[in-house]
Amino acid sequence: MDFDYTEEQLLLKDSVDKFLQKTYSFDARNAIIATRAGYSPDIWKGFAALGLLGLPVPPARDGFGGGGVETMLVMESFGRHLVVEPYLGTVVMAAGLIATVGTDDQQQYLLPLIMNGSMRLACGFLEPGGRYDLAHIETTARQEANGFWVLNGSKSVVIHGAVADLLVVSARTSGKAGDADGISLFFVNPGEPGVAGLEYPTYDGMRAAEVTLKNVQINSESLIGIAGRGLPVVELVADRAIAALCAEAVGCMTALKDATLDYLKTRQQFGVPIGRFQVLQHRMVDLLMHCEQARSMAMLAAMKVDSPDAVERRRAVSAAKELIGRSGRFVAQQAIQLHGGMGMTNELNVSHYVKRVTAIDTLFGDADHHLDRFTAAAQALPLPSFEKPRSKWKQI
Amino acid sequence: MNLDYTEAELAFRDEVRGFVRANLPQEISRKVIEHKRLGKDDFVVWQKLLHQRGWIAPGWPVADGGTGWNPVERHIFEEECAAAGAPPIMAFGVYMVGPVLIAFGNEQQQQRYLPRILSSDDWWCQGYSEPGSGSDLASLKTRAVRKGDHYIVNGQKTWTTLAQYADMMFCLVRTASEGKKQEGISFLLIDMHSPGVTVRPIITLDGEHEVNEVWLENVEVPVENLVGEEGRGWTYAKFLLSHERTNIAGVSRSKRELAYLKHIAAQEKAGGRPLIDNTRFSDKIARVEIELMALAITNLRVLAADRQGKPPGPEASILKIKGTEIQQAITELMMEAVGPVALAHLPDSWGDHWLGERVGPEYAGPLAARYFNYRKVTIYGGSNEIQRNIIAQGILGL
Repeated sequence: MDFDYTEEQLLLKDSVDKFLQKTYSFDARNAIIATRAGYSPDIWKGFAALGLLGLPVPPARDGFGGGGVETMLVMESFGRHLVVEPYLGTVVMAAGLIATVGTDDQQQYLLPLIMNGSMRLACGFLEPGGRYDLAHIETTARQEANGFWVLNGSKSVVIHGAVADLLVVSARTSGKAGDADGISLFFVNPGEPGVAGLEYPTYDGMRAAEVTLKNVQINSESLIGIAGRGLPVVELVADRAIAALCAEAVGCMTALKDATLDYLKTRQQFGVPIGRFQVLQHRMVDLLMHCEQARSMAMLAAMKVDSPDAVERRRAVSAAKELIGRSGRFVAQQAIQLHGGMGMTNELNVSHYVKRVTAIDTLFGDADHHLDRFTAAAQALPLPSFEKPRSKWKQI
Repeated sequence: MNLDYTEAELAFRDEVRGFVRANLPQEISRKVIEHKRLGKDDFVVWQKLLHQRGWIAPGWPVADGGTGWNPVERHIFEEECAAAGAPPIMAFGVYMVGPVLIAFGNEQQQQRYLPRILSSDDWWCQGYSEPGSGSDLASLKTRAVRKGDHYIVNGQKTWTTLAQYADMMFCLVRTASEGKKQEGISFLLIDMHSPGVTVRPIITLDGEHEVNEVWLENVEVPVENLVGEEGRGWTYAKFLLSHERTNIAGVSRSKRELAYLKHIAAQEKAGGRPLIDNTRFSDKIARVEIELMALAITNLRVLAADRQGKPPGPEASILKIKGTEIQQAITELMMEAVGPVALAHLPDSWGDHWLGERVGPEYAGPLAARYFNYRKVTIYGGSNEIQRNIIAQGILGL
């Protein structure tokens, strides 16, 4: 057991921190959000140069070969700088997915394009009316005699869906919405006839899309993994995304904590810095403790997300998302409260961290959703036993 | 970064587990797990067993009787002992006065007291709080006046845990009243059998006798019982508070208690179904469990920093606050779990070998009393509000 980072991990963290400090100021970020694309091609090239776009890709495929801990380090830095680039969908989710279950051809063709920065992907795993349920899939995929698949349905809140060069979607090859079996994963080129979308901004500075698929024809090589057995893969990819988002949330929460503490020390009222008041000191301590507990859970999720034991993975990831959903909400609300009117402004970065933390709770299931999932995972484990032998004399 | 134990750590765990399994008497572990009343002998028997094995004082320097374990090994030891239902090691000797004597005591004091702390032949208690000095400990008034080879001590200590068993008390006394209030305090070792020492029980809201008032009336304490220098007692007291922090979170014990809570909730019925399947209740268990998972990691992070040679700082206050909040939450849920039979107050049935009547399942008996008793944990050892002050100053710089 150890809590040390390797030299390679420390170098990775250092290079990401330095790059973002140089390029991703709050003003630079706001300028990126204001562009039509909503992300920065230059930053993306920088990520490629740093090797970040191949983070989950194994060294045998010229990637970094990182796991949960490496992703955590990168994402925490992204959280601190409120990065809006399509990294989660492209790298953490899609590149990880391709590296895990992609065919040799898919890996050979797609991974280099992702790593050199010329291809972005987005994952559409949710559908209208399905809330956070990854098995609530009504989109259908039917295979024609010529081997082509025909997709029909719609995907909801596809983060960065409109800037993606390639979509990954879940669709049903058998069964009905809610069934665990019968879900398959496909690559869909957004340029195919029948793919339509509505792009919209999200309140945290990102972009998302509602995507409809109407008689979209895709070739048989577009199937990812085994037909009908997609749900465990979707859950794995979602869990990786959750672990990454937990780390990003910790980055945001830490930034909020630092900003709020700084404000308590500098803002003067009644002739003293407001941090002199015990009622605010104790609130600030509570804020700190929520940050520390959140950090611990992000670390736990990062360490367990690569576990081959799906129950153990699910338990840790859902526990982390639940705690960070609640603690993120607390830290965000108190950061505004302690900043007073200034916390309400769009001008100060505080409110932007608050919005991102709030959005993260909603992505891939909120705290309540993951409390349910955690309890369900716990029920898969045997109950503790405290049975004891009875003393004979007691029964006489 | 890795949570898995190494081969060597697994071997160590098996060694500890084997020892505990072979030596911890079942009647003691059963009392611990089922929240029955523990007597002095229950603690002493287990501590002597650990002493014979050389494991009673893991945190001490090896030369003084410590084990030389690294923080991970100490963590494993805590986990194994707690999981098996071993009584906690009484803190006052091994964790509190022992390290102070090692750091600041003279050779004569070390030779006289340390072996008897290790062997549990002396039971120590802590003379800190006074009726007028709780959170503002430095305002204490108990006076020690030097008269020849003795100090004459007069005053009153309170909330003295298990003083009814104690042979010795380490005591903060005022030896000077001018200057800063912290600078007039000295650290004295008082023989509880001395004339003028009177121990009076305080019965707490659970009906139990755990804490006491200790009256000191013209108690003669030999000057050789002064630890370190006169007027430096506050420094030693602060050292004591910051020294032994590995177990402050109580994570290992809370894990066992949480498992026992689930065991109870699986047997209780609500609407004809096991209570553990009732969403409203299982949500509460799950939330505590998740907080505990987080605290376990936070605790290990503090331990890891310790291994790198950093002194345990105000982070320990975070462990204290979160750890005690979780302990309270678990006792509360246990009481809630058994429903109306929690009302039955039959203190005799919490002792050994009770053959009389019970109300409800055996596990239900002590749960309400335990809930009330555990309100103490956010008050003692520096109330959680004082801990927040420590964090505000020590970590946040407010």
